[in-house]
Amino acid sequence: MAEPRYLSRADAEALAQKVLSFTTADEARVNLNSSTTGNTRWAMNQVSTSGDSYDATVTVTAAFGKKVASATTNRFDDEGLRQVVQTAERLARLVPEDPEYLGELGPQQYVQSEPYFDATANLTPEERARAIMQIAGPAARQNLVSTGFLVHSTGSNAVATKRGLFAYARSTGVSLTSTVRTPDGTGSGWAGGGENDWARLNAAALGERAIRKAELSRNPRAVEPGEWTVILEPTAVANMVNLMAFALNARTADEGRSFFSKQGGGNKLGEKFLDERVTIISDPADPRIAANPFGNEGLPNRRQVWVENGTLRNLAYNRFWAQRSNREPTGNPGTYLMSGGDTSVEQMIRSTERGLLVTRMWYIRPVDPRTILFTGLTRDGTFLVENGRITTAVKNLRWNESPIFLLNNIEAMSEPVRVSASEDGDGGAVMVPAIKARDFTFTSLSDAV
Amino acid sequence: MKRREFLLHGAAATAALGAGSAILPRLAAAAPIDPMDPAVSRDLAMRALEAARAAGASYADVRISGNRSQALGTRERQILFFNDAESTGFGVRVIVNGAWGFAASREVSADEVVRVARQAVAQGRANSAARQRPLELAPVDAVPNGRWSSPLETDPFNVPIEEKVDLLLRANAEALKVNGARFVTSSMNFLRIDKTFASTDGSYIEQTLYRSYPQMNITAVGEGGDFQSRASTDVAPRAMGYEHVRQANLPGNAGRWAEEAVRKLTAKPVEPGRYDLVLLPTHLWLTIHESIAHPTELDRIMGFEANYAGTSFISPIADFLGKFRYGRDFMNIQGERSTPGGLSSIGWDDEGVKPDEYLIVKNGILNDLQTTREQAPMLADWYRQTGKPVRSHGNSYAQNWNVVQFQRMPNVNLLPHPTRDVPLDELIGGVENGILIDGDGSFSIDQQRYNAQFGGQVFKEIRNGRIVGDLKDVAYQMRTPEFWNGMDLIGGQSTYFIGGSFFDGKGQPSQVNAVSHGCPAARFRGVNVINTGRRA
Repeated sequence: MAEPRYLSRADAEALAQKVLSFTTADEARVNLNSSTTGNTRWAMNQVSTSGDSYDATVTVTAAFGKKVASATTNRFDDEGLRQVVQTAERLARLVPEDPEYLGELGPQQYVQSEPYFDATANLTPEERARAIMQIAGPAARQNLVSTGFLVHSTGSNAVATKRGLFAYARSTGVSLTSTVRTPDGTGSGWAGGGENDWARLNAAALGERAIRKAELSRNPRAVEPGEWTVILEPTAVANMVNLMAFALNARTADEGRSFFSKQGGGNKLGEKFLDERVTIISDPADPRIAANPFGNEGLPNRRQVWVENGTLRNLAYNRFWAQRSNREPTGNPGTYLMSGGDTSVEQMIRSTERGLLVTRMWYIRPVDPRTILFTGLTRDGTFLVENGRITTAVKNLRWNESPIFLLNNIEAMSEPVRVSASEDGDGGAVMVPAIKARDFTFTSLSDAV
Repeated sequence: MKRREFLLHGAAATAALGAGSAILPRLAAAAPIDPMDPAVSRDLAMRALEAARAAGASYADVRISGNRSQALGTRERQILFFNDAESTGFGVRVIVNGAWGFAASREVSADEVVRVARQAVAQGRANSAARQRPLELAPVDAVPNGRWSSPLETDPFNVPIEEKVDLLLRANAEALKVNGARFVTSSMNFLRIDKTFASTDGSYIEQTLYRSYPQMNITAVGEGGDFQSRASTDVAPRAMGYEHVRQANLPGNAGRWAEEAVRKLTAKPVEPGRYDLVLLPTHLWLTIHESIAHPTELDRIMGFEANYAGTSFISPIADFLGKFRYGRDFMNIQGERSTPGGLSSIGWDDEGVKPDEYLIVKNGILNDLQTTREQAPMLADWYRQTGKPVRSHGNSYAQNWNVVQFQRMPNVNLLPHPTRDVPLDELIGGVENGILIDGDGSFSIDQQRYNAQFGGQVFKEIRNGRIVGDLKDVAYQMRTPEFWNGMDLIGGQSTYFIGGSFFDGKGQPSQVNAVSHGCPAARFRGVNVINTGRRA
């Protein structure tokens, strides 16, 4: 990739001021996003597709009184910018009043956070191809079939309002995931990672992990679905804990349509609802889970404690619901860190008489919001643990389970690590431990490898 | 200055035309050009192709597109958001030394198309180092002047905003009239895509696609912390204009949906066990999508999606094509991209291929697979055996200009009963102990498309051939081959409905596409049903 393109602070500020100078609305906000992304995808041990792309958008939110609307364009010439302002203003004049609109923010104070790394920004297609060959090469030599995806982005976002707010941040992100399959189609192993800094990803080690799992997972045997002791590797834990993190919404809780609703009204703030070893925080200034220091409206993202020693300490409040509830707005930082323990996965295996070791989860979809019940399957490395050791690969299983139940049934946790937690491999900053837990509910068997 | 003349002068010469561009030299687009102006886009496309060829590409295509979208959402008596967006740019795809390269940019100018074309070639060259076998593309007929548009009565972007907002708020009000219906959201999504495709195979094609999707969701809250929702799943997204919104009649249907949400509060929790299922097409389209349309994508079967969307149980191909019994003789699954209003309907795909109509399952047997130009040669043996030409079915697609095109499904339809118009009553009448499911709900399937679990919106208990009451907390689990072979009767044309997905994800980087699935109601024997109503 050539030099990555994105809006610098100076460019963003000049552009934002220019857009704001075009507005006649009572209130106006400009959001600027720009990024260069590069990706290389491979299958059957060779590159299949790849691409480099550059895009930038400007979104204008205009308000007349409490009548609000937004418009977005990626055309930055004067005509394009004037048009997007006019579109937002025209729409805002036409829509009904939004009784919950609180106006735009003035200047704010932000924590220092700039998860930007040159190693990621300067990654080239040649380096991507070389990294991939560190996985595909060994896989091919061992007569295995590797596939995977390496994607990185470099970009910035900025918010400015007519009330004098200007916020700017830039960041880089990279993720590398690989699935290695045995040529007879009976085994599959996965490994992946996500970081802001490319230098922290070790392609060869990651490939080796996927290869080892693929070899181990050949010819899986069937086990009975039911309640199992599970050892969930960190990615599988994040797959589950994400579900609870997304449900931490104050409004739906207060309105009686959430697990966090209290019977008879209100929410469960202050209630202990998880194992007391569980603490979950967000902190955009923590370099391990660094995130944008502000949200879409320019609201500061600060350290938030969501769960402390198993007790619900906070829910996500937007500005309106916070004002109505007499609380501070929290924003939605989107990254989190969960507490852990000091038991390694190997120790968890050694302490397990009979259980299942799970690498990652797949096709996770909601079933019942009343209990945050989701369904999904295990994938790319599911193993039977008997008498303290892995004895065989097992067929994948469908689960119907809630992170609430999982985090109440913890037996042991490892040190938290950063994972690539999304199903498509491009994840945010999430740090979680591996967890050993009892009574995880599997409901049926899958023949899928 | 005429547009063509402007382009010939290039971006650098015209940067000064835009006020303020001096302080934003790298960011300002060259000037207020309209890349969808036919003269402009042809000129840009040819420049990109020439630059790619000159840099060493053996094949190149370019897509220039402008997407316009509008989304508005409401809750109860107020508007939640109103967003209008446009995105313009182009992508160049090349083959260099037998490997793909791709690059894209939002800056639609003469200089930038040349730069990006060269970048794509450099990309392909880098990739060729990690390529073992060169690419082979199936032949395609050149289309020097193609033009196609979605059928359209009313352009949604020309409909007054007040009319749209008023319709949604009226629908919300109707829902809230129902006692127990506490929360309601409603929305409309519209999309217009103008795209130009040109390739070194001699094609130049312009297309305009429209999509419209009105939706509602109503939540009823009961005693003891229970709450239940009903989504407007009998209104599907369509490749149509605002006429689809009017026909969907959200205000007229909202009361019924609200009542159904409220009824679920007191519905009987299902007893887990084996049931016969009568699946309405508002539900069945999604089962087809997951368990037939996705596993018959050739890129999945070949392993290209193994790291994300997964592979397929249809492997190795030679053991399945012409041999695998998906279902009974009356089961026919069709791939096509021509149904008016079908979300995947187009004139040409994103490789310039005119899609054809083909039977993926013919009389119950697996008969064909979904292909692009890169994939069709992989089925050469099967096509020779069956006397068919080796050509792409036209299933290439990219969600926008900034991502590379790849294999996506066409409209995949389950055809109605081949010989008679079987009514819904006949399907229900043959069930002693069963459940009728209306509307799609929760859905999940494994990475080879065997084991799936589906919920729904409305569940009716069937006893001795009659509907006797409401059920809740219903989901069925199935294994694809047994499930489809357990379909013992299929509805006729009068039960046919076109469902679909506005946001179907696949690929890395993940792309969404929109796809329709037409199907009749159908009956399935002995399906495993679970109760999902676990309490905390």
